[in-house]
Amino acid sequence: MSQRLEKLPVYEPKRLLRLTNARILSQVFFFAAFVLAVWATWTSRLGGYPVSRILEMDPLVTLSTALATGYVYRFLGWGLLILGLTLVFGRVFCNWICPYGTLHQFVGWLFNTRTSAERWASNRYRPIYYLKYAILTVFLIMSAFGALQIGLLDPICLMYRTFATAVAPASDALVDTANTRLGVDGVWLDSLKFAPGVERRVFVGSFWIGTVLFLLVGMNVVIPRFFCRALCPLGALLGVFSRFALVRINRDLHKCTDCNMCMARCEGASDPQSQVRLSECFACMNCIDDCPEDALSYTMFRLDTKQVVPAPEMGRRRLVFAGIAGVAALPLVKNNGVNTDENYSDLLIRPPGSVEESEFLERCIKCDQCINVCPTNVLQPATFAEAGVEGLWTPVMNFNIGHCQLKCTLCSEVCPTGAIRKITVEEKMGKGGFTKDGPIRLGTAFYDFGRCLPHAMEIPCVVCEEVCPTSPKAIQTKDVETKDVFGKIVVLNKPFIVPDLCIGCGICQTECPVTDSRAVYVTPVGESRSTERRLLLNHRGVTV
Amino acid sequence: MSEGEKTGKQHPDYVKAPMSRRRFASRVAAVLGLGGAAGYLAGAPAGWPLSLRDPTGRRSEPVKKPVQLGDYRVAVRAGAPDVTVARGGPSIAQRLRRALAPYGGIEAFVSPGDIVMVKPNVAFDRAPILGATSQPELLTELIKLLLIDARAQEVRVADNPIESPPDCFEKSGIRRATEEAGGRIYLPDSTAFKMLNTPGATLIEYWPVFHRPLTNVDKVIGVAPVKDHNLCHASMGMKNWYGLLGGRRNQFHQDIHEIVSDLSLMMRPTLTILDGSQILMKNGPTGGDPSDVKPGDAVLCGVDPVALDAWAFEHLLERGRRYPRYLEMAQGKRTGILDWTGRVEEVAS
Repeated sequence: MSQRLEKLPVYEPKRLLRLTNARILSQVFFFAAFVLAVWATWTSRLGGYPVSRILEMDPLVTLSTALATGYVYRFLGWGLLILGLTLVFGRVFCNWICPYGTLHQFVGWLFNTRTSAERWASNRYRPIYYLKYAILTVFLIMSAFGALQIGLLDPICLMYRTFATAVAPASDALVDTANTRLGVDGVWLDSLKFAPGVERRVFVGSFWIGTVLFLLVGMNVVIPRFFCRALCPLGALLGVFSRFALVRINRDLHKCTDCNMCMARCEGASDPQSQVRLSECFACMNCIDDCPEDALSYTMFRLDTKQVVPAPEMGRRRLVFAGIAGVAALPLVKNNGVNTDENYSDLLIRPPGSVEESEFLERCIKCDQCINVCPTNVLQPATFAEAGVEGLWTPVMNFNIGHCQLKCTLCSEVCPTGAIRKITVEEKMGKGGFTKDGPIRLGTAFYDFGRCLPHAMEIPCVVCEEVCPTSPKAIQTKDVETKDVFGKIVVLNKPFIVPDLCIGCGICQTECPVTDSRAVYVTPVGESRSTERRLLLNHRGVTV
Repeated sequence: MSEGEKTGKQHPDYVKAPMSRRRFASRVAAVLGLGGAAGYLAGAPAGWPLSLRDPTGRRSEPVKKPVQLGDYRVAVRAGAPDVTVARGGPSIAQRLRRALAPYGGIEAFVSPGDIVMVKPNVAFDRAPILGATSQPELLTELIKLLLIDARAQEVRVADNPIESPPDCFEKSGIRRATEEAGGRIYLPDSTAFKMLNTPGATLIEYWPVFHRPLTNVDKVIGVAPVKDHNLCHASMGMKNWYGLLGGRRNQFHQDIHEIVSDLSLMMRPTLTILDGSQILMKNGPTGGDPSDVKPGDAVLCGVDPVALDAWAFEHLLERGRRYPRYLEMAQGKRTGILDWTGRVEEVAS
């Protein structure tokens, strides 16, 4: 017994300056930067900061949009930075930078109830982890044919969407509730500090976006880093490249005692205790920390070429199958028939600067950065009703909630992929060098005269005419003096639309007092980004 | 491998396999080379060769390279009339041959080996007796003349109907008439359209057109019925070309006279044939009841589409000289001359 005890490894106190501590610092930094970017994506805080940079640095965004469009929009070249980093240091992105990975790791750490033996078992590589390569294959093939769906699972897009439309409003709501319940309204926490200009932002369908977050993060209790190991297409892309990395984990077999301590906290389930799987390793450095024999190192020198599994363990057969699945999924998604030029939702109103719909769907990564920046809350993540399966969580305008402010182009400013092309106020309004093109039209307003107060009920109103921002106004009135049902003389200004002038900004709908089903409403027909969805052949009295 | 390296503490038999210097160097070179190439593609200024950079979002906009149509007219012999009319006689076929005679027959228009596109009006799913579509007998005779007399290489018959294309071609009898005579039907599918540039046109300077049957054609002949039209009063030879338009062409009804006169610029046909056998006098352009139709006995040929339509409007639809405005507008666009006086030859039977 005493002999056995002697054989147990002797732990030395760990040094403060070690790789894992540096990693934690890096993770805290990038997580904070991410939260800060989400917070700063707001009209009063933007100030020229590159708030979309973390999206533009995502190499999967760069690659998939390049496949779909053939070009690299604006700042998307930054994606190569992470790719280059991977080629030198391996998948350091996953455990040093990725805020979503950090979230998973943190939650897994916080809610860990496993014994040591269970931890070893939970960190062993499982064959199902090939799934992410299949997902990547399917997504890339679909991208190449113009159906960009990476945003569903790309960790940065997914996290951005979740934080913008579920987490941020949830924190606003909690702050509000706390203030009200504690009776300290606005004293030390003011929800307007989070979103000045909007009382309480709401996002349609944020329940489901939040639920996806709960499910994916909750999976850490079942399998640590389940999303990162099994689902993440970005991790898969980096895994394909990390086999070429110059620096990697190396096990010195002459020191290793096969004690398996390195598995206790292995984030990537990359089997450092045997042949380390280069495509799975997140370079979290935990194994180096935990190795009592100093057998593991992160190095580029004297690499043992036999103690590795370099490539993703997917196999040719699965790759071919995933490729076929991608080709098969393509018509399934594209031919859904709910977003064609003949049959599209009257709610599918895209933000100003959006490119033509089929091109839009080649570019939009559903990151919802535009939705986050929108100062009037008009931009909403689309549900199946507006944009079908393909357009789920892409931005649409809901004019019941807000309107498109005439001189605002923020959504086009922050869009990382050019689904909403960067425009100027001048271009949006069709002024200056853009008079030939006319203003950007989002759609056309229509009246439901049966619900309109002056038209149907002899009650004066015309808020819609008052707020109509075009000059001359696209809402004009026929003024009638009449005796109402009570015998009183009333002047009714009966509004009507001049479609030639309407830009579809939706303020008439937002301000209409008939709030459930509005008496004036905007539909996308007549939007200027499409000739197929055009309404008027000629615009009377307007230079177009 | 030296003996010293073989003496591992735990695995005396294991031989280390360190990465060779050469392999390491080549890996560094590969990483730098691939990284540099990718960096160039994504980062080089948009004007540089092979650069994929799109700083404004404008570079990646799809460029639909527009095509142009040729001028399919041919010189007719001196003194030939601009419009010929053949009335009476035993059959449509005989009237067609008579109407062509003043020009010297179909051979005056079509040379041996030509590919000819014939554009009938097959807009609706209707029987020929209802007068909404071109008459099959005329088409049969025309295709026979083209293939036998003029020794054309190929006769293509195409239209982009409003209703289901296969049904329209079937029920109008055009498919059978075409195939029996040896012509070939072209149905419009989504890939059959091309962006067409028509210089000088007001509404369709750039517009998608059913282009596949027009690819490499030498001659184009329009074969149109004479019909009432709810909006532009009459649908004859010029309006017939509307059937080649793609896209959301229903927008054009907001400015119908402009579009019909634009069509005369878009298509400069070799020959236009008007079929006055079943004249749709009212409830056009769809018709639907035999009582809307007046049986006629005329076949017209014309090399001036404006004069041709004008004469038919006056004499077949019997609407006098208050011509549809699009004819005047076409004259303004210099695609024909409205005043047909002295330019029409009535061929005796």
